[in-house]
Amino acid sequence: MAIVSALSTKHLLGIKYITPQDIETIFTTADNFKEVLNRPVKKVPSLRDITVANLFFENSTRTRMSFELAEKRLSADVINFSASSSSVTKGETLLDTVNNILSMKVDMIVMRHPAPGAAFYLSQHIDASIVNAGDGTHEHPTQALLDAFSIREKLGAVQDKKIVIVGDVKHSRVALSNIFCLQKLGAQVAVCGPPTLIPKHIRELGVQVFYDIKAALEWCDVANILRIQLERQDIKYIPSLREYALYYGVNKDLLDSLSKKIVIMHPGPINRGVEINSDVADSGQSIILDQVENGVAVRMAILYLLASSNPA
Amino acid sequence: MAKGRIILKNKKFQLTIERLCNQLIEEYGNFDNTCIVGIQERGVLLSDRIVSVLYSIDKNFAFKYGKVDITFYRDDFRRRDTPLMASNTEMDFQVENSQVILIDDVLYTGRTIQSGLIALGHYGRPAKVELLTLVDRRFNRHLPIQPNYAGMVIDAIDEAYVKVEWDEIDTKDQVLLYQNRESAT
Repeated sequence: MAIVSALSTKHLLGIKYITPQDIETIFTTADNFKEVLNRPVKKVPSLRDITVANLFFENSTRTRMSFELAEKRLSADVINFSASSSSVTKGETLLDTVNNILSMKVDMIVMRHPAPGAAFYLSQHIDASIVNAGDGTHEHPTQALLDAFSIREKLGAVQDKKIVIVGDVKHSRVALSNIFCLQKLGAQVAVCGPPTLIPKHIRELGVQVFYDIKAALEWCDVANILRIQLERQDIKYIPSLREYALYYGVNKDLLDSLSKKIVIMHPGPINRGVEINSDVADSGQSIILDQVENGVAVRMAILYLLASSNPA
Repeated sequence: MAKGRIILKNKKFQLTIERLCNQLIEEYGNFDNTCIVGIQERGVLLSDRIVSVLYSIDKNFAFKYGKVDITFYRDDFRRRDTPLMASNTEMDFQVENSQVILIDDVLYTGRTIQSGLIALGHYGRPAKVELLTLVDRRFNRHLPIQPNYAGMVIDAIDEAYVKVEWDEIDTKDQVLLYQNRESAT
């Protein structure tokens, strides 16, 4: 067995805090966990002495289920917390909520919170390892890792590939984490969307900006399509979803007009007929469901590597 | 790197491998309903050689051959300074009701085999499992695990390190005994 270096961090708070070596270590470990997920018994006993609390202060389908599955596949004990049915509605603070949970001997926290920086704040006050499952409009590191892992699986590598992120970049934590992750792996990154949904200074992150969807898709090898995050928008940034779909929606005619076949991704949930049509989402160029499958393996790798830095 | 003491090499090494293969043939005949499973990483080097020699004796032997990685089944996870990187598992068959020959190069404490047995159980319930090892460090066991087939037996203190080297990657087939693990690196 080869010894691998542990991750350079005790928590996974964001892609900006991890190194390219950390990302490679996660990917190599995820390769092995993906094989485990194809076995008759899809379970390994590695985390049998660990309890993980999933604290979701925002709605989630994919991420919550994916983490829970990953934890159970590693034989961890899992408890799920939903803010709407907890004492948070009675005014309990985040820190009090978490400390109460930790005093029940929970070892790791997976948290999704609407406030940017919530996971970082928590990491300054508690000992347990924290995995950020999304903090407001800030980062969603596990999504970026599984997206990059899926690109690597489909195209053989991420380095030197051209990836465009299309849609509501301004309000998307997936977009920011993807930009950081893909750049750390040596990819070229661009964003595309209406000017009102592209942050003013995004070029300072080293990304190219397209306002024309056809030009963006012609440039790229991979298009990662984002949903319009209406729930995060304080004002109207676009005239209507119908107009957005007309100018930025990805449909089969648009894909077929390109000079090459590109890979289509989407972090979910999909609003069919808005940012992406069904004939694209369900096409052979789409790896949307592969992303979901890879998400479990990548999250298993992250939990395994973070747990290894917590001695028994 | 300190020089290890060579305790098996050249012709005797080859004869030991051939003897192990003939013992398997004596027990399993045509290897019907039989699986050979090597434990990654270095157990697979032995199992590859065993399989190659068996096929050179009779290319129609009917066993299935797989390789299993036990990293995620180890009992020392979170008790090491750094995690271990898993190798590939290549098991495209079930072991349900099959006879299994589990292979590792050196049997030391028995913990690797314990992990291997747990991993094997995730591919079905075998009818029988036998253990084949090239080197049996018989007095260093932590668990009640013994080989069914052993190439050689070594009596060594706990700190000693036994390394099996292979022509394919180490340029020579030989077994070396070091004073400790550090002197072998």
